[in-house]
Amino acid sequence: MRFGVVVFPGSNCDEDAYHAAKDVFGQDAEYLWHKDTDLKGADVVILPGGFAHGDYLRTGAMARFSPIMREVAAFADRGGPVLGICNGFQILLEAGLLPGAMLRNRSLKYQCEHVHLRVEQTDTPFTSAARSGQVLRIPIGHGEGNYYAPPETIARLEANRQVVLRYTDPQGRQDDTSNPNGSVHAIASICNERRNVVGMMPHPERACEVLLGGEDGRVIFDSVISALARGSEKPALLEVGRRA
Amino acid sequence: MIDSQVLERHGLKPEEYDRIVKALGREPNLTELGIFSVMWSEHCSYKSSRVHLKTLPTDGPQVLQGPGENAGAVDIGDGLAAVFKIESHNHPSFIEPYQGAATGVGGIIRDIFTMGARPIALLNSLRFGSLDAPGTRRLVEGVVAGIAGYGNSIGIPTVGGEIAFEPSYAGNPLVNVFCLGIAKASDIVKGVASGVGNAVYYVGAKTGRDGIHGATMASAEFDEKSAEKRPAVQVGDPFMEKLLLEACLEVMQTDALVGIQDMGAAGLTCSTTEMGSRGGAGIEIDVALVPQRETGMTPYEIMLSESQERMLLVAKRGREAEVERIFEKWDLHAVKIGEVTDNGFLRVRERGTLVAEIPNRALTDDAPLYRRPVSEPDSLRELQQLDLNVITCPADNNAALLALLQSPTVASKRWVYRQYDHMVRTNTINLPGLGAGVVRIKGTDRALALSVDGNGRYGYLDPYRGAMLAVAEASRNVACAGARPLGATNCLNFGNPERPGTMWQFAKAVEGIGAACRALNVPITGGNVSLYNETDGTAIYPTPVIGVVGLLEHANHVVGRQFRESGDAIVLLGVDCGELGGS
Repeated sequence: MRFGVVVFPGSNCDEDAYHAAKDVFGQDAEYLWHKDTDLKGADVVILPGGFAHGDYLRTGAMARFSPIMREVAAFADRGGPVLGICNGFQILLEAGLLPGAMLRNRSLKYQCEHVHLRVEQTDTPFTSAARSGQVLRIPIGHGEGNYYAPPETIARLEANRQVVLRYTDPQGRQDDTSNPNGSVHAIASICNERRNVVGMMPHPERACEVLLGGEDGRVIFDSVISALARGSEKPALLEVGRRA
Repeated sequence: MIDSQVLERHGLKPEEYDRIVKALGREPNLTELGIFSVMWSEHCSYKSSRVHLKTLPTDGPQVLQGPGENAGAVDIGDGLAAVFKIESHNHPSFIEPYQGAATGVGGIIRDIFTMGARPIALLNSLRFGSLDAPGTRRLVEGVVAGIAGYGNSIGIPTVGGEIAFEPSYAGNPLVNVFCLGIAKASDIVKGVASGVGNAVYYVGAKTGRDGIHGATMASAEFDEKSAEKRPAVQVGDPFMEKLLLEACLEVMQTDALVGIQDMGAAGLTCSTTEMGSRGGAGIEIDVALVPQRETGMTPYEIMLSESQERMLLVAKRGREAEVERIFEKWDLHAVKIGEVTDNGFLRVRERGTLVAEIPNRALTDDAPLYRRPVSEPDSLRELQQLDLNVITCPADNNAALLALLQSPTVASKRWVYRQYDHMVRTNTINLPGLGAGVVRIKGTDRALALSVDGNGRYGYLDPYRGAMLAVAEASRNVACAGARPLGATNCLNFGNPERPGTMWQFAKAVEGIGAACRALNVPITGGNVSLYNETDGTAIYPTPVIGVVGLLEHANHVVGRQFRESGDAIVLLGVDCGELGGS
């Protein structure tokens, strides 16, 4: 299957996502330049981390005007799996593909460190291979990862089971000290109502190899690879997405 | 017109002015004076240090590029080269901590990718006054935030470094930044201009008035009026540099370039003259063609501006359209501003009118070369009269140990490095905190270990030994990771070289570095000298900082740095000579 990694000016984790998909997981992968409108037959689209457009105006604010985002939105609309990682999550929020917004970390500083995440939902393309309640040790690297949404939105997200990953301690317990950035309800990842678009602040592509300190990020990639192989996550999107 | 005040403001001595007149065969105009002043500044010309630096060992079978280019390079096998260098941004960081440090990072990154190498890791060596002295926290926070802001945004991991707090650096913080990149050994690009008629292109950000005389400012001491020098600090835009990096690497893959150099200290002036000099050619440009972001800029200002994120490149004949297309893809300016000539002159025009004309050699190879007087300070002999018997041992060793561990220089720096993205690019094997950083090289089984280490107090007590110890420490850190040191880069931070005592320290330190590098078989591939680090007449400790890069044949064989199992044996290697370590 083919991963499409979108590249905006200022994206800097695109090569990492591409490397994970292609070299670690042995899948087909393509870069999708932001000015193009061709998804190149991608079965899954990743919006990678970085500082797209230099965080001009607000992080992720300018990306939605790039031509590729129209295609990504259409792909998502057809049920295609989309993963926004870090800056990619911020872009999905600004593009209206996910609800809510990111504020500065409550420490007001950039933080690069490992955190623990509890898997809350396993019925998304990116967590289908995980166990409910499984704890993953995955790094974060962000200055604005403090997820916020108005109380009604949060209530709705919780009620609809749209919170996919939560910051916890190594035992999976949620408390204030294990929340690295102050996110409401320790939210690290959410999905849309249709459950095919997922945004996550932590970087799973940084945790796919033991050499780099851990493999807990593998399950995110394993999930979407096996989900698409099963063909259970997309109606006709595979055929629609591929070039003739 | 040009009087003694004008000369002083330009950092030029009357004897140097006479040399200018001789080199031109006439008096210079103001624009030409400005050009000479930055090219002959200590920072650009190394006039006080060159005679000593020439004694350093720079050869080895693994050396692909020694000193003289924008960065050094060593062969790491698999047809690849490690391209690296360390640079200082001390003076700007004191004046404006965030931007001073940020643009230091920006500058060293450009020095790496201008050679055709993709930057993959950063290190930094920082020195400040006591943490509880007024003003220190502001400096530390600003510098760390600046390094983080720039490095994280451009997406190059900061994988290690060192920080020390010592009263000596209170008025003169040291911000030394190191960058490592990987290039194909056969595709290293040089900063050279050649081929008569080849187009000279200006690419990147627009030119403004920021940073004018940054090089001159870095070549002088501070006093009460130093805050007025604020406009001499450049302002950085890491997003712009990310675009520039990608565009330059892309254009280098097309083989359409003759040469390329970044515009760092002394901006357009330095890049044009140095590229011309290296190619034995001349360059003629028209400043009216330079993209400008302020109105009414004079040729003087345009030539001296140190606006960031700009490069100068020479395109091969017939390949200009390709070059322009690539920069356009990345939404960057790529403007032809002149041509390569064969007369060895730097000719600057403004809308066709000649405004400056200087032989390149006068600005580079024939720049002043000083063998300044050296004299060992008397105070040093007094300091060395220490009778160890008068030192009493602590009554409570546990309390003494805790006091040591609590001292800011020794204590954990996690509060600093967690602000640096040390994982981006998914190559980092050793996380910061202990010893050398280690990054793997994708597409191979190998990894590189890197460390920057320096000292001030040791050098103050014995500059020769102190410098040797700096080389030894950096090499040891790399070896402890399981890597063989391949090459080193040096950043020499000293006071005013016009004082014989300081110059003596410098000369001794360079001797010490040379001796250690020869003994360890680690050649110097390039580096930086920062002089005039003193305030109101008091210099910093002589502080050589050394960056060493080593190779691990197998990334999996990286050696750990932690005690693991209960019962494992602890072995101390070496001889205990009953020293105090300069404490």
